[in-house]
Amino acid sequence: MDYHAMSHFAQSYGLLYLFGLFIIVLAYALWPRNKEKFDKAARLPLEDE
Amino acid sequence: MNLLWLAFTLIGAVLGVLLSARAVDPVMMMHGLLFSIAAVLSAFALISRHYKYIGASLLEDNGSGINYNVDIVKAGVIASTFWGIVGFTVGLVIALQLTFPVLNFDLPWTNFGRLRPLHTSAVIFAFGGNVLIATSFHVVQRTCRTRLAGDIAPWFVFWGYQLFIVLAATGYVLGVTQSKEYAEPEWYVDIWLTLVWVVYLLVFLATLWKRQEKHIYVANWFYLAFIVTIAMLHIVNNLSLPVSFAGVKSYSLFAGVQSALTQWWYGHNAVGFFLTAGFLGIMYYFIPKRANRPVYSYRLSIIHFWALIFLYIWAGPHHLHYTALPDWAQTLGMTFSIMLWMPSWGGMINGLMTLSGVWDKLRTDPVIRFLVASVAFYGMSTFEGPLMSIKAVNALSHYTDWTIGHVHSGALGWVAYISFGALYFLVPVLWKRKSLYSDALVNLHFWISTIGILLYITAMWVSGILQGLMWRAYDSFGFLEYSFSETVEAMHPFYLIRALGGVLFLLGALIMAYNLWRTARGDVREKEKGSLVLNMEMVGAR
Repeated sequence: MDYHAMSHFAQSYGLLYLFGLFIIVLAYALWPRNKEKFDKAARLPLEDE
Repeated sequence: MNLLWLAFTLIGAVLGVLLSARAVDPVMMMHGLLFSIAAVLSAFALISRHYKYIGASLLEDNGSGINYNVDIVKAGVIASTFWGIVGFTVGLVIALQLTFPVLNFDLPWTNFGRLRPLHTSAVIFAFGGNVLIATSFHVVQRTCRTRLAGDIAPWFVFWGYQLFIVLAATGYVLGVTQSKEYAEPEWYVDIWLTLVWVVYLLVFLATLWKRQEKHIYVANWFYLAFIVTIAMLHIVNNLSLPVSFAGVKSYSLFAGVQSALTQWWYGHNAVGFFLTAGFLGIMYYFIPKRANRPVYSYRLSIIHFWALIFLYIWAGPHHLHYTALPDWAQTLGMTFSIMLWMPSWGGMINGLMTLSGVWDKLRTDPVIRFLVASVAFYGMSTFEGPLMSIKAVNALSHYTDWTIGHVHSGALGWVAYISFGALYFLVPVLWKRKSLYSDALVNLHFWISTIGILLYITAMWVSGILQGLMWRAYDSFGFLEYSFSETVEAMHPFYLIRALGGVLFLLGALIMAYNLWRTARGDVREKEKGSLVLNMEMVGAR
């Protein structure tokens, strides 16, 4: 793979890959059904003895 | 299992003696012996431990709740405090050497060039590393509601890590270095650290594996990202070929710009994953714990985590602006650094807003003050960092003291302050004391070291920008306006102010060490009896 192919790959598929990941993370974090689970998890450190 | 560990110590002892006997240079001779001595001492410790605990079983539950491994965290707290003071002291020494070069003493062992890596490694790896190991072992047990996995393994991690520090530090003073910033230790010390680190990872994973809680708390994600990524960075950047198996010298597998890029991929992610992700783990556990409030937004913490780790890993090339590195790679590094503004500030807001509703604690609890100030410094230095990664700004800031100032606003303000907050929180919890020895001393520590940091950063801003401007000044004939030595002379007053800041910071750390020691002993300062902030765990128990 030469330099141009490499930079082209990084500038196209690299962008799509990271953007896709970001969308997945956003969806997971903001999915309404996960809210209860996360609210419970947030209290984890407060409930250890 | 104990027998296996014992066998390892014997192999280690023999290996050390062999290395020492066949050594081709004096440092390997010494380090071989040192390794051997450490192995023999471990064998003794293992045998005496065996007879001490004979019959006593290490139960998950000792009748009064989960039998957490407290001793390993205690050891980590002591080691952190000790190495912190060592690291800050060496930092002050080299700050004074820059101000008064006569303090180099014209000796190779006390030369700035050898003491500088001693300082950086002592504060980052010895102080920061011990804080991370200690707090991660504490947090993972508590949030998983289970005893730390392994009996000997955590102790191997702890003592193995101390041995790594001693091997690295003595090597630096004797002139052994592979000349890679923040990765100076030579090949044999790197291999040792790799072993220790893999066991660290296994202990952490095994504890997660046997957790009694369904969900893995976000602080553990940050710790895990830190452990895994540091392993990857350490191995790749240190790929090298030793000249001889009984000598210290090795040559890197990379050369030229590949070597530079690998180095700064490593170097910047040492900042991103060691000094940021790991310490964010501390933030996500200790701020909620001390404020007695859940984290402001757990959802934000998830986005924070994934965004941070996926962006940070690409930011390294901003250390190589205007070099032989291809231009697009430089721009890529710059772009990712600027994108890092988002997760960094998201994380900062998450940490700070955890205090919402209990902001009065900032006034009444000096430990909260440390934790909150650290997050504020985190916000400030992660704003400054991306700014400095912009090529036009970097043209002025690179190679100047501005960089040093930036690093220290992160290192002193963020890393050290969140560590101090965690240590102040941990000591009463681990030693089962109702409160600290004195809150007034915490307050004193806070203000003395805050003034120290401010002196440090402002001096370096002024001197850095001055330096940058002097370097690029041309006269009307197109000649450089200033000679290099003139720029050095102009730095002098700022170096003095910086050293003064260092004195104050060290003084604060000494006050902390005294306070923690008295706390562990169970003392309470007479004057403050009744007004001290109480350790919630002891209040609940009685």
